[in-house]
Amino acid sequence: MSPNPISENDLHAYVDALLPPLRRAEVEAWLAEHPNEMAHVSAWREQNAALRELFRPVLDEDLPDRLRRLAEAAPQPVEREKKPILSRWALQRIAAGLLLATLGALGGWFGHGQYASSERLARLVPLAHQAAVAHVVYSPDLRRPVEVGVEQEEQLVKWLSKRLSTPVKPPKLGDLGYELVGGRLLPGNSGPVAQFMYQDALGRRMTLYLTPENTEPHAAGFRFAREGEINVFYWVDGSFGYALSAAIDKGELARVATAVYAQLAR
Amino acid sequence: MDSRALLGELPRLRRYARALVGERAAADDLVQDTLERAWSRLAQWRPGSDLRAWLFSIMHNLRVDQLRRPALLIQPGDGEVPEMAMRATQSDSLEVGDLGAALERLPEEQRAVLLLVALEEMSYEEVAVTLGIPIGTVMSRLARGRERLRLILAGQAAAVQLRVVR
Repeated sequence: MSPNPISENDLHAYVDALLPPLRRAEVEAWLAEHPNEMAHVSAWREQNAALRELFRPVLDEDLPDRLRRLAEAAPQPVEREKKPILSRWALQRIAAGLLLATLGALGGWFGHGQYASSERLARLVPLAHQAAVAHVVYSPDLRRPVEVGVEQEEQLVKWLSKRLSTPVKPPKLGDLGYELVGGRLLPGNSGPVAQFMYQDALGRRMTLYLTPENTEPHAAGFRFAREGEINVFYWVDGSFGYALSAAIDKGELARVATAVYAQLAR
Repeated sequence: MDSRALLGELPRLRRYARALVGERAAADDLVQDTLERAWSRLAQWRPGSDLRAWLFSIMHNLRVDQLRRPALLIQPGDGEVPEMAMRATQSDSLEVGDLGAALERLPEEQRAVLLLVALEEMSYEEVAVTLGIPIGTVMSRLARGRERLRLILAGQAAAVQLRVVR
């Protein structure tokens, strides 16, 4: 027996190869006579090896771009992007909010203010993401996929046009195999947005999300996003943002998106 | 701190975050927050000292803050499918799924110590500094974490055998 009794800490340090050689030999000799503890030590060793093995693939993964950029960036540009509790951006928003409230109180400027703040907010929740979430929430609903059904299409159009303060009309997609189911009003980033729902003969649903919150002012042409199972084509036309979402093949969705765009442009 | 050194630490930061947090997107968010805070606290970094230990302690503090906040689950919106770390060999007595699941069942404070020791191969002193706790606490968390993990895995093995017998 060693004059220095073996402690549990010694056993852990032995497992982690943190003991000086002399002590390690003493622990080894002790373990040879204590099969119970030896079993524990073996199990702990095995844990170490298995954990390294389990997470080793992470070391070989390609670094996500956002992390690579952030690691490579010089402090100067990053300084602007860092996120303290109240970033300069948040302070600007608060200041803008106060200004807007004042303007609103002064009268008549609320519409203008809403536009300005929605544009800023839209950077938080991009159009394609909003649309995909709305699609995922409502399209699986068998009983109440829409608020107003196609049998009341005229009322639907009137109602949504009124709420969005601009004429809106669901495009006709019957030629492409998609019939209108109906539509609903949804909260957008700063006001109402509309969703029209369609379905094909197999019951597969497609939604057209329509927002007067001019989200991406520079956007031209179609853009594509994928949110989980959902493919989304989205575009901006005038002051409207559109997004067509469905869990269908990208090519087919593109065909429908082109038709929708053509009808709305008329 | 130069960016090449920082870049060099990224894979290990990601590995630790993944093992600690479990889910890929959440783990990478934690790494991103760590990098941002590291840049913003550059003044506190003493050149020549251990960059990895500094980054890990930043990550630890961020994680502690996170856990104090009520959980708000946000689904990743970038369309990435969360990947599970997988291992090729099936012959070992510890199966991958078992170990991952068992690890998640450890209290996070024990998991953190175990991972810093097992994955990062830190000395107990380094773990104590990184987590800002006394070395005695490191040892007791390590001991409890290892024992608990062993029992969970042994229990799983027993349960499997039981099912096989019946």
